[in-house]
Amino acid sequence: MNKEELKKIKEETLARKKKTWIRVGMATCGIAAGAQDTYFALREELKKHKLTVDIRKCGCVGKCSAEPLVEVAMEGMPTVFYHHLTKDKVPQLVETHFLKKTVWHNQTISLQDPHQLRIVLRNCGIVDPDNIKDYIALGGYAALARVLEMKPEDVIDQVKKSGLRGRGGAGFPTGLKWELTRKVPADQKYIICNGDEGDPGAYMDRGVLEGDPHAVIEGMMIAGYAIGANKGFFYIRAEYPLAVERIEKAIKQCLSNKLLGQNIMGSSFSFDIEVRLGAGAFVCGEETALIASIEGKRGYPHPRPPYPAVKGLWDKPTCINNVETLANLPPILTNGAAWFAGIGHEKSKGTKVFAVTGKVKQSGLVEVPMGTTIRDIVFNIAGGAANNKKVKAVQTGGPSGGVIPEQFFDTPVSYENLQNLGSIMGSGGMIVMDEDDSMVDITKFYLGFCVDESCGKCAPCRIGGTQMLRILNRITAGEGTLADLDKLRSISQAMQKASLCGLGQTAPNPVVSTLRYFEHEYRALIKEPAPKQ
Amino acid sequence: MDIDTMDVEQIRKDVDEICKPWEGRPGNLIMILHEIQNRYSYVPRRISFEVAKHLSIPLARIYEVITFYNYFKLTPPGKHIVSVCMGTACYLKGAPTLVEAMGNHLGIKPGETTPDKNFYLQVVRCLGCCGLAPVITVGQKVYSGVKPEQVPAILAEYK
Repeated sequence: MNKEELKKIKEETLARKKKTWIRVGMATCGIAAGAQDTYFALREELKKHKLTVDIRKCGCVGKCSAEPLVEVAMEGMPTVFYHHLTKDKVPQLVETHFLKKTVWHNQTISLQDPHQLRIVLRNCGIVDPDNIKDYIALGGYAALARVLEMKPEDVIDQVKKSGLRGRGGAGFPTGLKWELTRKVPADQKYIICNGDEGDPGAYMDRGVLEGDPHAVIEGMMIAGYAIGANKGFFYIRAEYPLAVERIEKAIKQCLSNKLLGQNIMGSSFSFDIEVRLGAGAFVCGEETALIASIEGKRGYPHPRPPYPAVKGLWDKPTCINNVETLANLPPILTNGAAWFAGIGHEKSKGTKVFAVTGKVKQSGLVEVPMGTTIRDIVFNIAGGAANNKKVKAVQTGGPSGGVIPEQFFDTPVSYENLQNLGSIMGSGGMIVMDEDDSMVDITKFYLGFCVDESCGKCAPCRIGGTQMLRILNRITAGEGTLADLDKLRSISQAMQKASLCGLGQTAPNPVVSTLRYFEHEYRALIKEPAPKQ
Repeated sequence: MDIDTMDVEQIRKDVDEICKPWEGRPGNLIMILHEIQNRYSYVPRRISFEVAKHLSIPLARIYEVITFYNYFKLTPPGKHIVSVCMGTACYLKGAPTLVEAMGNHLGIKPGETTPDKNFYLQVVRCLGCCGLAPVITVGQKVYSGVKPEQVPAILAEYK
């Protein structure tokens, strides 16, 4: 494939586009809500009426609470989304929209949202994830073509100037990470896409992998070219079978279209990709543990340095980027660093995808420019709490993060701001809790998770977590003492300082953060009388 | 298929077939274990023995990996695998009551199989369907927004 062929495919695919079509959202969330049945029912019903309409599947549009979602376009009619379109509603949809040619107003939903800006999710819900030509028609692989005409150093420079930071949680500048890997001389280098989305309550990466797999592959190839790697690995959770299937299919399509392999687009760049599955270990989201897992070993983390950029997979320089980070790259290289740097807030550029879930009216994936306030996300996008309850707090960053009480909701979202509030950006989980939820209980949930997932290699994490969990169990059983609160604080500090890897260092965060804002909830469970003043 | 009574030649044939696409590829062990679990629904000891020989690695190398990762099972699960998602969103929306209802209805605890070997109950980390919480899966089928009182009817579909 070369630039001209790419252009030809784009034009041909666009020319074939019909004016009447139906798109059914078929990511895991849509399928769980019955989208597959809707898809087949639509085919049957249209056939029954002898209507020929292009029915396609697509990834998640983001409004998971409204699934199954069906988008319908017809010549001379507005393009609309129908929500909760289960198979029993299909006959009426076909009758109303296609035969009577009127919009079935009661069933439509508007997905226009001025608060959102879709860069990472640009194609999710639009592109057919199983069709490379569809991706090319939307401008896919054009960024790669451009990159292959640039010097790798210039690509790195662009990404550095864009201000893109890792979307996996820690927020390390992506361009800098690439530069460090590029500078190490070696005969072989690797790029890894971290798709081991282990944070419970977060599914941004699943959304992108299932909805727009080619975007992540293109991003990985750009990264590979920049750092000088000719081999990439996708490390994806085994719990995401559909994401694995779609990435594998996309890789095959790239191979048959010569977008992977030797001398891609006539350049000197050769690249190939393998998929490796996780096997249910949260610690494998940590870089060094992930590398051990790809090597086929127990997912034990290693002390750093040496960093993977120097000594990573099979001791070769390795760069690990998150799914969302990679999906950001094609638009950055297409629109330029200045465009991306113009979006966002202070030192956090671009957008962030959040999985807003929990006690909100409309849960789903949202993508907002950095700097959007938490209030906008929770109330204006997700509709606030369901059942007329009061929102108490959001939890970000999962088991490594913390809670943010409602009084801080006007804070603009950025890596630094969330950290100052005692939480972290994390990978993008945002769990909304209402007045009924106990902060001590949720802390116990997260800590229990980390205790289960501790690999056991280092003592602070292995023993500290277990002891804190015992204290929390004691408190919730009504047997806690006020001294327990001090003990929690001191164990937390020890774990944060002395644990070997990110899991142990951040595992106490939920405890520290709930103690900071909701100590009264702990005290309410402690029956010991307060000491006399 | 009962692995305990399976002919050793058949086991070797299976192992050859499973390992073949992964031969000579570094770090292949976990992917081979996935293949094995896909085929037998768990990682049988007799198969592990043959894999160790085939890959020329000690058996302990295989077991250290199986026992580290939650995903791999050492005993055969029941015919239908019932998974209750315990991600944060599902937890907040009542997943613990679902585990209890499942356990009461089936008379087993998570990680156990019913005596008639029809159901295996497990609690899983996030399935990534947080927008539809609480979620359970039976085999490949996903049930969303499940309430404890729906549990008997859902399980009755698989009797």
